[in-house]
Amino acid sequence: MCSYLTVPTEIAGSAKGPQGWMSVTSASVYFDHPFHAPFDHTLNIDFADPDRGPGARVAVELSAESARRLVASINDALAAAGAAAR
Amino acid sequence: MPAPEEALSAANVMISGHGGAQLNAYEALPAGDGPFGGVLVIHHLPGWDSGTKEITRRFAAHGYNAICPNLYARQGLDVDPDDAAAAAREAGGVPDEQFVGDAKGAIEALRALPTSNGKVGVIGYCSGGRHAFLTAVSLPVDAAVDCYGAFVTGTVPEGFPLKVKPIIDRTPRLNCPLLGLFGNEDHFPNREQVDELEAALKEAGKTYEFHRYDDAGHAFFSVDRTAYRPEAAVDGWQRIFDWFGRYLVEG
Repeated sequence: MCSYLTVPTEIAGSAKGPQGWMSVTSASVYFDHPFHAPFDHTLNIDFADPDRGPGARVAVELSAESARRLVASINDALAAAGAAAR
Repeated sequence: MPAPEEALSAANVMISGHGGAQLNAYEALPAGDGPFGGVLVIHHLPGWDSGTKEITRRFAAHGYNAICPNLYARQGLDVDPDDAAAAAREAGGVPDEQFVGDAKGAIEALRALPTSNGKVGVIGYCSGGRHAFLTAVSLPVDAAVDCYGAFVTGTVPEGFPLKVKPIIDRTPRLNCPLLGLFGNEDHFPNREQVDELEAALKEAGKTYEFHRYDDAGHAFFSVDRTAYRPEAAVDGWQRIFDWFGRYLVEG
């Protein structure tokens, strides 16, 4: 199936793509067909700066299971940082 | 004379789309003088990707002029297809009116080829399956193939980010025979939605043929995905070439 559903969020930070480092202002999160990963569906995240055009994007396509592990890792790392990460 | 699959050429070309926009399109042509039928290949939601270009070459390998326009060309002609697909998705997808204009340009390009026999069919996969149906109810084509296109029928879920809506009410305007290939395990379209389409075609007295495969879901033609189902795909390809052979070559 195509879930089509996209969950966007504003972000502040940087990402490194083919052209080097760039600022990113949005992340689009969706579960759908990947472009490259060898799965029927993946959890896809596009880190992007839409103002700089479609090419200003760093993309990941993760299996559902690994995406869940990533979420846990992010939460664990933020929790471990304590006050500094608030 | 070599068999078509032993002598074909493929390249990017430019065509005029909706509103005169210049689009890049992937064109695959058999060698020889023809005359050949033409096939408009519509890519799926993930974009103008290698898999769809391979499908385009497959039609040339079977003796058809084939063209696959980049429906996301407005994101930039030099933008990588995956980046263009992500941006198009973010923008809500391709409006139907724009798609029809782009399809019209591609069909005209096929008919203008010196080796054309004047006949053109359309085929699309996934979201392209809906686009194939939309082409067949909007433009003069000689045959159409809908491979598991979602939202020809059914209800679009709330909060759906793409600007699409069902187009089943246009079935009476279908102007060519329609071949439909579906997986019984698919959710978009599910069995009931395929039933609904079939009932509408029957009621409108249209020429159609549906093949529905057990143990196959969405995207069963995709060879690089676990959704690939060789039995359904091999039979499906046979049905496609029989269909186009009947309506684009014979008579």
